[in-house]
Amino acid sequence: MNAETIPAPVAAPATSPPHPLREFWGYFSANHGAVAGLVIIVAVVLVALLADVIAPHDPNLTNTAIALQPPFWQEGGSLAYPLGTDPIGRDILSRLIYGAQLSLLIGIVVVSISIVVGTVLGLVAGFFRGLTEIFIMRLMDIVLTLPSLLLAIVIVAVLGPGLMNAMLAVALVILPHYVRLARAAVITETSKDYVMAARVSGAGTGRLMFREVLPNCTAPLIVQASLGISTAILDAAALGFLGLGAQPPSPEWGTMLADAREFVLRAWWVVTFPGLAILITVLAFNLLGDGLRDALDPKLKRS
Amino acid sequence: MLRFILTRVSLIIPTFLGITLLAFFLIRLVPGDPIETLAGERGIDPARLEELRRLYGFDQPLIVQYGIYLSRVLQGDLGKSMITQEPVLSEFSALFPATIELALCAILFALLIGLPAGIIAAIRRNSIFDHGVMGISLTGYSMPIFWWGLILILLFSVQFDLTPVSGRIDVLYYIEPVTGFLLIDTLLSDEPEAFWSAVEHLILPTIVLGTVPLAVIARMTRSAMLEVLGEDYIRTAKAKGLPRFRIVALHALRNALIPVITVIGLQIGVLFTGAILTETIFSWPGVGKWLIDAIFRRDYPVLQGGALLLGMVVMSVNLLVDLAYGLINPRIRHTR
Repeated sequence: MNAETIPAPVAAPATSPPHPLREFWGYFSANHGAVAGLVIIVAVVLVALLADVIAPHDPNLTNTAIALQPPFWQEGGSLAYPLGTDPIGRDILSRLIYGAQLSLLIGIVVVSISIVVGTVLGLVAGFFRGLTEIFIMRLMDIVLTLPSLLLAIVIVAVLGPGLMNAMLAVALVILPHYVRLARAAVITETSKDYVMAARVSGAGTGRLMFREVLPNCTAPLIVQASLGISTAILDAAALGFLGLGAQPPSPEWGTMLADAREFVLRAWWVVTFPGLAILITVLAFNLLGDGLRDALDPKLKRS
Repeated sequence: MLRFILTRVSLIIPTFLGITLLAFFLIRLVPGDPIETLAGERGIDPARLEELRRLYGFDQPLIVQYGIYLSRVLQGDLGKSMITQEPVLSEFSALFPATIELALCAILFALLIGLPAGIIAAIRRNSIFDHGVMGISLTGYSMPIFWWGLILILLFSVQFDLTPVSGRIDVLYYIEPVTGFLLIDTLLSDEPEAFWSAVEHLILPTIVLGTVPLAVIARMTRSAMLEVLGEDYIRTAKAKGLPRFRIVALHALRNALIPVITVIGLQIGVLFTGAILTETIFSWPGVGKWLIDAIFRRDYPVLQGGALLLGMVVMSVNLLVDLAYGLINPRIRHTR
């Protein structure tokens, strides 16, 4: 964390300013929603990491003898399968636990791809201006014009369904946000004195871009990354639901819902729990993103 | 003003070219022979293949091929479906009203609830109501709507048997399409029950599709209102002793609405994304379901033409929003 990213509050010259991290935590922890989001995310991460230990069953083990068993609190349910079983007798809780691995993986991979590519494109556009900038930004405008899921669907239709292609498609769809953010930040930063000073002391373009300017653009990018993970999880699940993302028998949450769709009239639990898992995880990342935005940039704080 | 309109209109030309270029390469990237895909026929005999090859300019360089494609698009020729052999454009225009009807109802639903909720939340800042609205709208914003649709079916159709599960209208009725909007067509027909059947079928899809816009509108209205309520002229109005309702409704709301209207305009892309999912869940016979079906039938001309048309629609709506925004807010049109 760089001190530049957090404008100090009202100056108190007599005492030394608090450590940037401490100050950040002060703002962040005041937002109960953000803390709740963080707690949920930590819990989901733990569940994903410990899946092998805590999952009661093999997520892909089928057993038609116990197909469509309701959750334990309903008549006919048992504690061995706490959230019930799906139409071919797989334990829903275990599948959800392994699904957490997939969802987090999707979120992290998608956002990493688009943040790296997007930042580089944005830095280039912001630094070189002129034709390069026009070309990059127009391209991003086109991506933004098309409805996000439609574009992702078209890409997957061309590349073929599958988790990897779905992740690439979603990464491309959310790319423009990072390009725009990075470019805007670069344009604001390059007019500041410290960039001029670095330029005068002979720093090359590469050094200016990555060593001087980039560290000062991280705050908005971190916020956007958190919000981006929630979009990525949601869109990848939507593709899975449409049969274009992860393919069965993968325990991806959206794919689980697609499998369960026809049983909505007979077994409420097969459709309820996977969607609840998506909702809670996405909500947690959105809460975290809101909290990060308020904490990292108090000036932008949305009342 | 004319200058402003011309700049904005000229700005969409690169976007238009980009979308057509994307559609042009799409057909060349999908598996299978591009000529068969373009013609919408399979297993063509060699003589016809040669004829088609010349027709689409496959013996010419890529740039000429793109030119041929562009001129066909501009004449409204988007190829024909491989399955039905119908022109893509006429299939699209037959199904599009169903999507528009659903989208308009969803936006109306979102506005009717989102605006008042946002306004009241801003006035009663930090009250329980405010926290409730903010919590619910963040939940709505995070909602996987394909799941939300299934849950509503589970509750209202299965548990309480209140609403139908799928389709646009009961199969009992045959309504002659006049406008394509069933709510209007049923009123024009001589069967009054048909109208109520159409309304029943609309309720759940409207709620599902309207949820995300509702959340966005409520949040946006609240923050716009809070900003405006802190302005000096509001304090002046209060000091003059104007009634509270008058201050909120006349002085604050009108200024707060400008960012809200922009957000509503920008929601159109989100709305079409949602429509694809909503129509799939409720078997709603609109363009979203048509596109998804096309993927699974490998009907690439439909996918290409449909995606192009939807992109055009969103592009045009964005342009209209832009122009309208310049019209109501003079500051915008003079800054360029």
